[in-house]
Amino acid sequence: MKRKMEVSELIFKIVAYVLLIAFALMCVYPFLYAVGSSFSTTPNVDGGKVVLWPVGFQADAYRYVFTRNEFWISYANTLFMAFIGTIWCMIYTIMGAYALSKKRLLGRKGFNFFLVFTMWFSAGIVPQFLNYQTTGDILAGLAGTEYANIDQKWLIIIAMGMNATNVILLRNAFEGVPSEIEEAARIDGATELQILTKVYIPMSKATIATVALFFGISRWNGYFWAQKMMTNQSYSWPVQVYIRDFIDKHTYLVKMPVDGDDWASYAPLGYDVNVVSDMSVVYAMVICAVIPILAIYPFIQKYFAKGVNMGGVKE
Amino acid sequence: MFKLKCDDFLIYDEATGTYSMSAEQQVRDETERNRWKTTGLTILKDWRLYLMLVPMLLVYLLWRYMPMTELLAAFKDPNSALLVEDQQWFGLTNFQALFFGSQSFWFWQAFRNTFIIAFYGLLFGFPFPIILALFFNEVKSNITRSILQVCVYLPKFMSTVIITTLAIVLFRGPREGDTSLESVGIISKFLMMISPSAELDATVANTSKGLVFSTRYFRAIYQVTGIWEHGGYDSIVFFAAVIAVSPTSYEAAQIDGAGKMAQMRYVVIPSILSTVVIMLIMKIGSLLSVGFEKVYLMESSSNYEAADIVATLSNRWQEGGGGTTLGIAAEMVNNLIGMILVIGANAVAKKASNVSLY
Repeated sequence: MKRKMEVSELIFKIVAYVLLIAFALMCVYPFLYAVGSSFSTTPNVDGGKVVLWPVGFQADAYRYVFTRNEFWISYANTLFMAFIGTIWCMIYTIMGAYALSKKRLLGRKGFNFFLVFTMWFSAGIVPQFLNYQTTGDILAGLAGTEYANIDQKWLIIIAMGMNATNVILLRNAFEGVPSEIEEAARIDGATELQILTKVYIPMSKATIATVALFFGISRWNGYFWAQKMMTNQSYSWPVQVYIRDFIDKHTYLVKMPVDGDDWASYAPLGYDVNVVSDMSVVYAMVICAVIPILAIYPFIQKYFAKGVNMGGVKE
Repeated sequence: MFKLKCDDFLIYDEATGTYSMSAEQQVRDETERNRWKTTGLTILKDWRLYLMLVPMLLVYLLWRYMPMTELLAAFKDPNSALLVEDQQWFGLTNFQALFFGSQSFWFWQAFRNTFIIAFYGLLFGFPFPIILALFFNEVKSNITRSILQVCVYLPKFMSTVIITTLAIVLFRGPREGDTSLESVGIISKFLMMISPSAELDATVANTSKGLVFSTRYFRAIYQVTGIWEHGGYDSIVFFAAVIAVSPTSYEAAQIDGAGKMAQMRYVVIPSILSTVVIMLIMKIGSLLSVGFEKVYLMESSSNYEAADIVATLSNRWQEGGGGTTLGIAAEMVNNLIGMILVIGANAVAKKASNVSLY
């Protein structure tokens, strides 16, 4: 009896370990492969000889990427949009969540529904796009200029990235702060803003960090709206749009060259096709775009695990 | 004479046989009449709190609710005027055109694909993180588990562009003129190695753009990359539920002679059920909306048959110059169904297990 139980447990354990390790390797392998391929020479990349380590070493793919001004401009744009965008989202989300966490707020249920409804129903891509144009027009008018002249970066920073889940996450954290502390602060003569900044924010640091990271990552990774709204403003492109545009224009993968001319002459390249494959350049760009996230990933990882568990809290 | 039992708000006068209002009730009525004043005063006294709410409400109003006014275009005649406000009401003619008109083929194809992609996502994408969490529970060494977890959460932090780029490149077909198929992507090569299917070889050889852009393999690649991207991260919440099971429950089950499978069936599954239900509701709620960006980045004219979804179709109609109205109508239908799904799932869950998300 006892023996049989141990066998079933052992088998389960072995299966679990094998499958987990296999899946973990699968998750990491594409990135390692990308690193290896970005340093390999054309015959090896195109001949499929690269498995993990670079074969026939070259660093020209990176040299090419590093000398692209557009690449660095797009990189700076992404950093700028992620940074300012996160701050903007955090300001109104913290204030709004704080107000919503108060039982004495009149119409609290109504405001909550106002938020949650946006999780259920959205107008859709085209209405949102038309609306961004209209509101962009109004904002341009307020700034004393015309819609065509405004930098879409700003519109994207202001108008995008709202997330009702994050508001609820913060609201729940604020509700968890004991009301006695708030009352004590109030008796000491603290104003509403002081209570928020001196009591609530320090007491919910972990959740605030998590929510800020959620906002930051979604800003860093955003693609579609930047691509759709910045068609004529390549100087404002974030790095995601730049990478995709590079693939569209410079490789044979997505857009085929018209018949007659080969893909190499399709767009000016600036690197020796016999040494550097266009694939290597793509891999190099992918690695460059991923590095900032990889660099902070070990430190932020635990906050994400925390945040997702807090998301399970319900009313 | 019959005496009404309502002394708390009326006073019965024995002498005249009449009723008059009690003092308490007069005070109560006065309070009721002045309620708006007290409410106003409370708001006024608390104005800072309400002011804090304003920026968020404004942002949501401007960019979440105002777009909904554009939906009116779906009920108007696009040819009658340039601006939607000036256009004539059109009844459901646009929807009729969408469902039965000359463009209906595209709509039904996209509608079908939306459901198929969503359904497969639920079928394969939902159980996977639960199984992963159960496996993680078997790894008792904290260091080993942390290393494995760091690896499996990683893809979640990559942008859709990076993930689709890697998918396109790794599943790519051969270079022009390469008949030996040496230049295909490493996963295409791996698949050709392990699968004897001639069809796969032919697909790889014939499409230089690769398997992502083929009708036949798009769905599989979409789901596999979806699991690859979200599976590890989604397991966090289930893992938290699994480790919350007290070790004494396992011991009790073991003493009763339960094997590993019986422990799963009678100890673990019942304890994580409420988490599973909540996550299922959330998944169903976002069923028809997720993946727009990913599909947008993974589709081209060669795989519309399998990949085109309502949102990408609507976007394409708008960018193509015509049919903004039809696109708006199509997306509206799609999103309304999505909303019904989430409310329905929530109601069912509430009834079945007393777990509710909203």
